[in-house]
Amino acid sequence: MPTQLLFGTEVLLNGLMAGVLYALVALGFVLIYKASGIFNYAQGVMALFAALTLVGIMDGQVPFSHLINAVLGTEVHHFGWHINAVVSIILTMGVMIILAYCVQQFVFRHLVGQEPIILFMATIGLAYFMEGFGDLMWGSDIKKLDVGLPQGGSFWIEDNSRWLGFGNEDFYGFFIDKLDIVATGIAAILVVVLVLFSQYTKQGRAMRAVADDHQAALSVGISLNFIWVMVWSVAGFVALVAGIMWGAKSGVQFSLSLIALKALPVLMLGGFTSIPGAIVGGLIIGVGEKMFEFTIGPLVGGATENWFAYVLALLFLVFRPQGLFGEKIIERV
Amino acid sequence: MSNEEGYVTDDGRKIGGTLMEMKNITLRFGGVKAITDISFDIKEGEIRAIIGPNGAGKSSMLNVISGFYVPQEGEVWFKGAKRPPMKPYQVAQQGIARTFQNIALFEGMSVLDNVMTGRLNYMKSGLFQQAIWKGKAEREEVENREVVEKVIDFLEIQSIRKTPVARLPYGLKKRVELARALAAEPMLLLLDEPMAGMNVEEKEDMSRFILDVNDEFGTTIALIEHDMGVVMDLSDRVVVMDYGKKIGDGTPDEVRSNQDVIDAYLGVSHD
Repeated sequence: MPTQLLFGTEVLLNGLMAGVLYALVALGFVLIYKASGIFNYAQGVMALFAALTLVGIMDGQVPFSHLINAVLGTEVHHFGWHINAVVSIILTMGVMIILAYCVQQFVFRHLVGQEPIILFMATIGLAYFMEGFGDLMWGSDIKKLDVGLPQGGSFWIEDNSRWLGFGNEDFYGFFIDKLDIVATGIAAILVVVLVLFSQYTKQGRAMRAVADDHQAALSVGISLNFIWVMVWSVAGFVALVAGIMWGAKSGVQFSLSLIALKALPVLMLGGFTSIPGAIVGGLIIGVGEKMFEFTIGPLVGGATENWFAYVLALLFLVFRPQGLFGEKIIERV
Repeated sequence: MSNEEGYVTDDGRKIGGTLMEMKNITLRFGGVKAITDISFDIKEGEIRAIIGPNGAGKSSMLNVISGFYVPQEGEVWFKGAKRPPMKPYQVAQQGIARTFQNIALFEGMSVLDNVMTGRLNYMKSGLFQQAIWKGKAEREEVENREVVEKVIDFLEIQSIRKTPVARLPYGLKKRVELARALAAEPMLLLLDEPMAGMNVEEKEDMSRFILDVNDEFGTTIALIEHDMGVVMDLSDRVVVMDYGKKIGDGTPDEVRSNQDVIDAYLGVSHD
């Protein structure tokens, strides 16, 4: 096989893996948008907040330590214990559920029936609040997240794909990050679980009902408040998973919240209301930007990854505004 | 004939005691009075109609009963107890199911799933049991499926059980909405213009279903209707509203001969 093709395949595989991570973030958006019509700008910050909380709990950090020290003149930073990763993840999930409850109770409960733009503005406010709150609670320094996920290239894949080069001296086998493989597996499981949950459980059915028609949902005895808290909790869970993956990859820091921006083109491609759409959209963006950089990039001086996704999204907005899987927008007159 | 205890209808059905009682209900939207000081009762097992010209406040009345509107004055009594102000979903959990004038179905879901949502209140297993889909959760699903299938058979919509609701024609949508309300096995079934926008044949079907539901399950039904003819045939007792006020209450025959009612329908000037 020619070197170009082999290298292209590797780029494709890596693109798919990156796409999975985009899809994970987009998934959180879709869940909330479907159930409540809220475009949650804060989804990225939720991932950051979840990752910060997870690191904080694992390292036994004292929450609000800077504030406490400043006010009381003490010097507390750590409880001095380390908590097992699994336990920490469960505790963090608890925090995310409390957060979901607060978001519903203090913000969106009072905004029922408002214009979508108002709800959107509220989520922008929420994003900045949570960003600041996260800093205040856990500090703003860059943290290392190690929940025991494998890191680095997989030698097994590298060794076992070397024969594809057929004696080509330049080819050492595919380089694929182990973390990406794990992330792909986890994302796949997450999607299957979410689909099963929404199709076959009572709460899932109620969630779909609320997503479809609020009035009708009320009339069959579904509490909208409960469902919304549940949806925000599920979105919090998805944010936690995304936060762990991205955090393990590039450290827990402010830039984590910017992955939300990468999820936007994914949503425009996949449609705001479709879970499979978020997955396929994520993969297309992931593969697309890597392949574009690989093929066209050298011709235009590179750095196409920064804008490719947005241009693609723009094209979609012009030619297929509902996305690949979104509900078709038909207005009956 | 509207005494505290029940009565026997002309066709020999026994009507029980009072199930629901509205006492001096007044509902305002800002300065506009939608309902003014209306009282009436609904007895167990009867078909009770609320009729009146456009804008008479019929739908508002139904929305008060089902908790979508909270009246500024007056009391709602259900099963002999005064009902505190409630959210619509709490009212539904009390055993009051309803349909809507302009159909409110879950368009993206199949007919079967739509009707299944009517059973949500009967599913008591927790999130965890639901998640692992064992024991109680599984048993509940099977039991509730049985009720749902019975309702689907009863309303003759077996052939469209798996069809997404969005694809159905209007008349069938109305029937699916009725099925969802029935699946909740309600004590009181509220129908908001069940025959609106239907052709003669569909109206006849719907009338038959309403009568059958009342007959077979003994469900108490309160319905709003525009079409005088249909109402008079269907209902045991009729409340007539006009401009938010009650202008008549009694059997179809009593109401028909009521001068105020005739005026309201023929459009005598209000002075």
